Amino acid sequence: MKNPASVSGYSLAFATPLATWFLLFFLAPLAVLVVISFYADTQLSHFGLDQYRKIATDGFSLPVLADTLWLGVQVTLLCLVLGYALSWSYVRSPAAMQKVLMLIIVMPLLTSVVVRTFAWVVILGRQGIVNSVFIDLGWIDTPMKLLYTRGGLIVALANVQLPLMALPLITALQKLDPNLEDASSALGASAFRTFFRVTLPLTLPGIVAGCLLTFAATITAFISQSLIGGGQMLFMPMYIYQQASTLQNWPFAAAISLVFLVAVLACVAAFNQLGRLSRAGA
Amino acid sequence: MSSVQRQAPSTLALRGVLGSIAALAVLLLLAPTVVVIVVSFTNGYSLKFPPPGYSLRWYEALGDAWQLQYAALNSLKVAVGATLLSVLLGVPAAMAIARSERRFARVLDALFMSPLILPALAFGLASLIYFSRLNINLSLATLVIGHSVVGVPYVMRTTIAALSQLPPALLESSASLGASRAYTFRRVTLPLIAPGIAAGAFIAFMSSFDNVPVSLFLRDASTDMLPIRMWQDLEGKLDVSIAAVSSLMVLGTLILMIVMERLTGISKRIR
Repeated sequence: MKNPASVSGYSLAFATPLATWFLLFFLAPLAVLVVISFYADTQLSHFGLDQYRKIATDGFSLPVLADTLWLGVQVTLLCLVLGYALSWSYVRSPAAMQKVLMLIIVMPLLTSVVVRTFAWVVILGRQGIVNSVFIDLGWIDTPMKLLYTRGGLIVALANVQLPLMALPLITALQKLDPNLEDASSALGASAFRTFFRVTLPLTLPGIVAGCLLTFAATITAFISQSLIGGGQMLFMPMYIYQQASTLQNWPFAAAISLVFLVAVLACVAAFNQLGRLSRAGA
Repeated sequence: MSSVQRQAPSTLALRGVLGSIAALAVLLLLAPTVVVIVVSFTNGYSLKFPPPGYSLRWYEALGDAWQLQYAALNSLKVAVGATLLSVLLGVPAAMAIARSERRFARVLDALFMSPLILPALAFGLASLIYFSRLNINLSLATLVIGHSVVGVPYVMRTTIAALSQLPPALLESSASLGASRAYTFRRVTLPLIAPGIAAGAFIAFMSSFDNVPVSLFLRDASTDMLPIRMWQDLEGKLDVSIAAVSSLMVLGTLILMIVMERLTGISKRIR
């Protein structure tokens, strides 16, 4: 007699082609990366922990990593403020407006990151719109340096990653039971109190999801960091690229990219744990 | 939202605060695209905004930009190949995982989704070293392989979602009416999950076209890719023709997006 479950399920054997593909072209390269990182020199002659020792002691690599993670935090926070306000307004907008808003939010995700970053180069440049407007208004006399500054980078990155923050927040806000907010105001709470004590905590899983995506995307945003950050600010992606491609120092590049990978995974795990806790508490 | 009650002042205040921040967010989302498109029509040589005058010269200049054209063609070829592979490999895997209760299915699911979580830069570097150690020359084929790995999660995510939403009753009635499993798949399942597959394939395609971290390491002079080419042009000189290319890309994306939204309701599927 046929197992009833087999009518709507498929054998796991269907996953074999992809599993083989991933074994050959995803897991194997990563394994090779790990092995390479344990070589002591670029000629790949003998093994050693030299690369990792170098990372721990050279006083340069770890600060770059820390700065990259900190950039992620700064951008994620700004993105959260902008994204939450946007999502909150989205769910309260009429359906026709929602269609337009959704298009505006989703389009950047599909537009090339180079295009979006380039646009910010144009906006923040000396002859860009921000400086033009400020000069015309008479607020400043000479163009400000906005490009290649930390602040400019944070604003541009927050903008580039905004859709990643907004989409999970919209999903979370849409799932919110409106009765809860009504109950809160019926019990006498002001709108602000309701917002901070009811809405925000209940959408915490969405906040965590959005922050996770934004954070992960920000710290690996090679193009944005290099075009808007410029040469003065070095972050992990460019550091890895320089070591690997320009300096051809594969063992060291492999080691720092593994350190980077572990750091990202640790942050993802931390976020997931937060997400689990917030779902349990909600 | 009751329109019969008068809105409490605090509600209006909250709406005002959040609404203005939201308006700012929308402005920040739209401004870059608008600025790029306007600047691309400048008749000057710089990226001054607002432009001193307007002309189509930079679009005409694209006709001579053979490097950009070559890179664009490469990106297109790789994107098509990678998406095809992602679909051919990912759909069966999604079928295997979607309804399975076995623990191993969860493990496989995590494995196939992991390219989304890991920094693609590390993967790109790993692939470069891997192919080099195996003495495999870099080519469009190795790019296709690399892109297919990072494209699979997108296809799987939407396909699994589509399969999960399929009512089992449909498949059971098909079987009870005597259809073989292959027939059921071809005539019932596949048509129903096709929009989900298409949505995932579309996202995989766009993400391959736009991919930087993998292309950065796996390309060489003969396999130049569009985003890298554009980045290098921008690093070297702020050329206005980049603005023209960007506008065309934005226009293309917009058209594709609207088509895909009509066909598959894609905005609902990628949340």
